[in-house]
Amino acid sequence: MSGESFLFTVFALLTCLGAVAVVLSQTVVRMAFWLVISLGSTAALFFLANADFVGAAQLLIYVGGTLVLLVFGVMLTASGPYMKIATSTGETVLAGLLGLLFLFVVFASLSGVKWRAPVAISADNVSTGAVGNTLRPLGLSFLGARPDMDLAGGGKVSSPGYLLPFEIVSIHLLVVLIGASYLARAKRRADRSS
Amino acid sequence: MMFAAQSIADFFKFLGGWQYVVAAIIHAVLLVHVFAVCPFAFIWLERKVSGRIQDRLGPTRVGGLFGWLQSLADGIKLVQKEDLCPPAADSMLFRSAPYVVCVASFAAFMVLPFSHGWVAVAADCGLFIILAILSLEVFGIIMAGYSSGSKWSLFGGMREAAQMVSYEIPLAICALVPVVAAGSLNLGEIGGMQRGWFGYWFLFHDPFTFIAFFVYFVVATASCKRAPFDLAEAESELVGGFHTEYSGMRWSFFFMGEYASMFAVCGIASILFLGGWNTGIGPVDDALYAARNASADGSGSAALGYLANVLGAFVFAAKASFGVFVQVWLRWTLPRLRIDQVMTTCLKYLVPISCFLFLGAIVWPLVLSSLFGQTSWTSGPLGDLVADEVRESQFYRGAGSAELSRRVDAAESVPAASLGEGLVR
Repeated sequence: MSGESFLFTVFALLTCLGAVAVVLSQTVVRMAFWLVISLGSTAALFFLANADFVGAAQLLIYVGGTLVLLVFGVMLTASGPYMKIATSTGETVLAGLLGLLFLFVVFASLSGVKWRAPVAISADNVSTGAVGNTLRPLGLSFLGARPDMDLAGGGKVSSPGYLLPFEIVSIHLLVVLIGASYLARAKRRADRSS
Repeated sequence: MMFAAQSIADFFKFLGGWQYVVAAIIHAVLLVHVFAVCPFAFIWLERKVSGRIQDRLGPTRVGGLFGWLQSLADGIKLVQKEDLCPPAADSMLFRSAPYVVCVASFAAFMVLPFSHGWVAVAADCGLFIILAILSLEVFGIIMAGYSSGSKWSLFGGMREAAQMVSYEIPLAICALVPVVAAGSLNLGEIGGMQRGWFGYWFLFHDPFTFIAFFVYFVVATASCKRAPFDLAEAESELVGGFHTEYSGMRWSFFFMGEYASMFAVCGIASILFLGGWNTGIGPVDDALYAARNASADGSGSAALGYLANVLGAFVFAAKASFGVFVQVWLRWTLPRLRIDQVMTTCLKYLVPISCFLFLGAIVWPLVLSSLFGQTSWTSGPLGDLVADEVRESQFYRGAGSAELSRRVDAAESVPAASLGEGLVR
């Protein structure tokens, strides 16, 4: 077993254990702690796969941002010192069924791919991960320069790249945020008038 | 021969497959020592500076002159203390919270370059990773505050959460301003670009980076929970804030984390704005650079190149330590802000200012290039860098597979920092 696959096993196990512990624990803040373990190990898996940028984004957005907000929300809204969430039997059965179905879908799609099929590395399928330094190709592909793919056609390097879809997604998220704050406000106004 | 190796992994080549394991262990041990010595020195500095500011002498007895062993004596005292866990606390979270804080500020040193190529992980997006890791520290503090089962701790934790969630925004935006000037997130490249006279430091790159440095420093002070922003601790209001219930070593882990992350944010400031390991004196920097290059390609003395790197590490540590000194100085000079004043400072002033600076930093090269035909009054790395990359990617497509495998080897062995220096000048 090489060092890399050993580390992969360790972090994959930690991810799964953290996820299971999130489901099994009943205190909200403990759940958040286990979620940190799970999401942090996922970031470590990204770092192992040479995807530094995705790993750092995972840490910054999920662990540093979302989870802190979640715990902050729990602190502000909790009625007792340690808020607990107990699941009823029906919920457990329903969630178990859904989880099994999802596991089936994942397993079916994973077994459909031939993972061991050899891929010859040539100039046509450059793997940026193998070259290392994945950030610069990522930034350049936003600007339209993809060394590994002929986006514009006819051997040209320049093309619109991923900038347009990226902007569409970010505008979409902004619209969702404004919509959410609008909904929250409208509710309060209705309360005041009644 | 010892100095000729390009990296620690190269030096242990004779071990075969184990060379990376040995190199990783050596990197980790070195970083643990940096992490341990930083608080040791800075806690002594804090005591000494606070003493002088308050017209006292500070520690004078332990360890002889200037009481320099005081931190060690404190450490021995803390190790002996009982490890308490209050009955109202959630014991698992309570016990693990100090480790989260410690690990988060320790992991930041992983991607912090101490000199040219002296970095444990030469990541291409080093700045992004270091900001992401530093943002994890707050979770440990919130955990400590919440799980202590005490009102003082809970207030401290809530204040910390509110403060950090809002101060992370101007911190990241201010760190982006020199990135716009540099065109790279790689801390090694950003440091290497500022070689030469101190006019080349990004502090003097344009008026926006100049202001951004001071805004960054204020926000970095807040993100280390240092006075005047130490509301999470606030010993005159909240007993001890989030660490009220802690004792012994677990208590001291919070402080090790705090002092280490002070050094980390000041190190980031010195790389982004103050030229990193470059001395700021043109001829000296050029001589050091030449010595490094000569030892790297084998034409000069390897030991000389190594010494140049050691000098660079000293310069870097001096700049970062000066930053820490200023933070200590501020703590004992300014009164603490109220929580509403802290939030107002951030949301009403620092966020708009940093957004304006970011916008200005983007427009600045545009204005300069339309008026004077160049993107910066010193040198314009960004445009050159992108043009060079596009050229390189064209070269990529035409390259045969033999050429590709050569490039793969090169990408693995060459430290990322050396890429930037060739492109800039």
